[in-house]
Amino acid sequence: MSNKGFGPYNEKVIDHFMNPHNLGEIKNPSGIGKVGNPTCGDVMQLHIKVEEKNGKEVITDIKFKTFGCAAAIATSSMITEIAVGMTLDEAKKLTRKDVSDKLGGLPPAKEHCSNLAADALHKAIEDYKKKA
Amino acid sequence: MKPIYFDHSATTPLDKSVLKDMEPFFCDKFGNASSLHSFGQEAKAALEGARMQVANILNCQEKEVVFTSGGTESNNLALRGVVFGLLKKGHKKPMHIITTKIEHHAVLHTTEQLEEIFGFQVTYLDVDQNGLVDSKKLKDAIKENTALISVMYANNEVGTVEPLSEIAEVIKKTRDERKEKGVKLPIYFHTDAVQAASYLDLDVKKLGVDIMSLSGHKFYGPKGTGVLYVRKGTIIEATQTGGGHEENIRSGTENVPGIMGLAAALQLAEDEKKENASKVASLRDYLIRELPKKVSDVRLTGHPVRRLPNIASFLIDGIEGESMLINLDLKGIAISTGSACSSGSLEPSHVLKSLHFPLEKIHGSLRISLGKENTKEEIDYFLEVFPPIVEKLRNITGGIL
Ligand SMILES: Cc1ncc(COP(=O)(O)O)c(C=O)c1O
Ligand code: FES
Repeated sequence: MSNKGFGPYNEKVIDHFMNPHNLGEIKNPSGIGKVGNPTCGDVMQLHIKVEEKNGKEVITDIKFKTFGCAAAIATSSMITEIAVGMTLDEAKKLTRKDVSDKLGGLPPAKEHCSNLAADALHKAIEDYKKKA
Repeated sequence: MKPIYFDHSATTPLDKSVLKDMEPFFCDKFGNASSLHSFGQEAKAALEGARMQVANILNCQEKEVVFTSGGTESNNLALRGVVFGLLKKGHKKPMHIITTKIEHHAVLHTTEQLEEIFGFQVTYLDVDQNGLVDSKKLKDAIKENTALISVMYANNEVGTVEPLSEIAEVIKKTRDERKEKGVKLPIYFHTDAVQAASYLDLDVKKLGVDIMSLSGHKFYGPKGTGVLYVRKGTIIEATQTGGGHEENIRSGTENVPGIMGLAAALQLAEDEKKENASKVASLRDYLIRELPKKVSDVRLTGHPVRRLPNIASFLIDGIEGESMLINLDLKGIAISTGSACSSGSLEPSHVLKSLHFPLEKIHGSLRISLGKENTKEEIDYFLEVFPPIVEKLRNITGGIL
């Protein structure tokens, strides 16, 4: 049932919304990013685990929790998919658009929700840098 | 399983018997009610029969019934029409209008325009946490230049039923005082009765209103049909001008099949009122009783007692309405929510905001509006599938709020 679109959302968005990946928290995370959406007041939290691999800092684990609409939950899930395994330099370059493109696009009114995901990731990286 | 419809405040299905009453007027009896020939006379007779039927139900004269294209038009015509009429009669600006913060946008966006473009003064009355208008506060808000008061009969989001008769008393006193003092400015009472029609008394004399809006599709009639009751003698000017139909208050060739449908549906609603109201009220009460047993941190919105028999509205902590709506729809249940994320404008419900709930609580708003075809089995199915959805969504949020 969940592999169909819904209203303005495509199949992929609904699939991530109904079966989100990497939900939860990491024990002793390397960095935490928590952001609120000023437009509608929604909240997202990302935990990342950063480890050294071949001399590079790599995101080896990532988990999210989100309070928000289907787009907010789907983009949260998607960014965890994209970012895991990336070096911090790669992850820093991820944008809102990368996330929404990967989801096959969001309805225009919901583009802003993907900001949450990108912002939370960048904040988590900053948090890690501060601690490191 | 057949999808379950719990969104009757948004619209209702056309009753099949009503469709039968409409059918002859599409292809066979298709005349223009303004034409003098037999085709026209046939349509005119039907139209006037429908008008008489509606007038009987509202306990008014036939000439006081104006057919419109729906609730939105009725509200627009009521407000703008009265104001234009008063201006035409030479009453001086600025005149003052009183309404409430929880009206439908068809009222609020109209009064906003009257403020912005025409320089009217508008007071938007606060309501209490149950959504109730205080008639004492309303009395205090009346000024020398108050010409129009618009308060809805029952609210579409939380179901609170407003104290119309009390308000009518207040207005009557003002009217008497003005008469004594020789003040010429009238003061009119309009009510948006769109949500009330199926279940509450529509006798305009008992209600004490001068103008009242109805919408056909909220009581198992066709979409795009409505009524504006306008008490005889009320100063009102057409806002849609043309061939002078409907006592020159609302021009445009009458939608005869639609009007036949509206009248038949209103008659049916009137005939079944007691039975339907008690049926949906017992389902509503069952739901209101059972839901908090199955889901934690739920609160009822709207007035605990003074509420429409068919609306159960809640705030569910820690979940967002659009997510809830999609999950329920995928289980075959249609509901509605006032969450910001679910509205095109990303604005949370102005009604729930006016009831003084914080934004994050409004996110979790759920409205179940029942209809005569709903059953206890459907409520039970909802009570079975809803708790796991809440649990799932709360787990996604996981205490980060
Ligand atoms: C209280 C209220 N007033 C007015 C309207 C508008 O009626 P219509 O849909 O017929 O334009 C509605 C319908 O949503 C309503 O609930
Ligand atoms: S999170 Fe509120 S609209 Fe997407």
